[in-house]
Amino acid sequence: MAKEIIELIVNGDRYEVAVEPWRTLAEVLREDLNLTGTKIGCNQGDCGACTVLMEGRSVSSCLTLAAEAHQREIVTIEGLAQGPEDLHPLQEAFVEHGAVQCGYCTPGMILSAKHLLDHNPTPSEQEIRQGLSGNLCRCTGYSKIVEAIGAAAAKMAPAGEGE
Amino acid sequence: MPNMPRFNFHRPGTMEEALDLVSRFRASVKVMCGGTDLVPKMRAGVAVAENVVSLTRVPGLSTISYRDDDGLVIGGTARISDVARHPDVRRHYPALAYACDKMATVQIRNMGTVAGNLANAAPSADTAAPLLAYGASLVLVERGGRRQVPLEDFFTGPGLTVAEPMEIIEAIRVPAPPLRSGSAYLRVSARSKVDIAAVGVAAALNLDLEGRVIGVRIALAAVGPTPLRARQAEDMLMEQIPDHDLLARAGAACVRTAKPIDDVRASANFRRAMVQTLAQRVLARCGRLARGEDAQ
Repeated sequence: MAKEIIELIVNGDRYEVAVEPWRTLAEVLREDLNLTGTKIGCNQGDCGACTVLMEGRSVSSCLTLAAEAHQREIVTIEGLAQGPEDLHPLQEAFVEHGAVQCGYCTPGMILSAKHLLDHNPTPSEQEIRQGLSGNLCRCTGYSKIVEAIGAAAAKMAPAGEGE
Repeated sequence: MPNMPRFNFHRPGTMEEALDLVSRFRASVKVMCGGTDLVPKMRAGVAVAENVVSLTRVPGLSTISYRDDDGLVIGGTARISDVARHPDVRRHYPALAYACDKMATVQIRNMGTVAGNLANAAPSADTAAPLLAYGASLVLVERGGRRQVPLEDFFTGPGLTVAEPMEIIEAIRVPAPPLRSGSAYLRVSARSKVDIAAVGVAAALNLDLEGRVIGVRIALAAVGPTPLRARQAEDMLMEQIPDHDLLARAGAACVRTAKPIDDVRASANFRRAMVQTLAQRVLARCGRLARGEDAQ
């Protein structure tokens, strides 16, 4: 049960990592690549804190074996901002609407929101709530998060974002 | 939080290679696609295997196709979210589309497969009830062999199926829906859609020109050790006009078929009451669709 060298493409950067087959993508992102924006909450696929995009789809990185992500394109929360002063519209909207309290669920919320807006650039409030059905927040309730995503969608839509 | 047990991981690039691996390691092997069921089960020590074979790199296995003469073929690694989105599934198999659209979470649906949902054999499996109602079969392959198993013969108990360790679900085959037919699936769970279903009822109904039932299958989820066919209710409906009174009696017959237990998700009594309600609603919707009264 030796380590295997795998190649991950995370936020556009290529990494070669030696991983044991039973380690999850969430663990490897955090512990080997130091990308600690991805959080591990329940570690069983219920809470959504570990959500990342793999090949453009939101997935629970705590249920994804790192070896399964070999040569796949991964986007984590660290990959959204273009620079320190240039937040993604979703990140800006979360700040403006006070949609962050303790912050633990935020990376997963934002990536689930990105997956939603990539597939549906003009979601209704109900569609936003359904898009977040796999993400739990224990601080704020969800109103401000839903408002922030609606605002980000409105801001992004005129620029012709989405599919 | 228990740690993941150790295992060897295999990522075959062809079906042949995958079948060789599961055959060679059949004493201790698990097949994986999304991992949404297997990873937490291995972490909890419920599933144990020295070898895990991932099918995600097997080419062509994720295909979903439909033909009017041949029906629907869902490849063994087709994701739940892709089945939910597929235009032919939405048009011809609304009960399955509904299950695939509403079960679990977005992330789980993006990772998990319909074949995996069936292989996992939870009595509450959301895709099982609609597929039973549609009369689906599974194509199981092993090195040098292939067999087709009707889904209703597939489940043998909670987490148990007739599939051998060296067999892989290559595809799910679903017959094309006949003319004047309708189908529907409804479920209840404590936390809206995200939770595992506490009760689910699916049905597919086929009427003749006079509006009499000439074909019907009803399937119950999470009210027995496996998903169940409600044959007594089906027999009651055959050759009849499905009016309100008959649907109420068919609902009561579904309750007699159900073998619910008390557990964390619901009491047995609540489950019985919900079987009655959901069966009536599902059958009424099937009737409206079959008569062309409802748009899908």
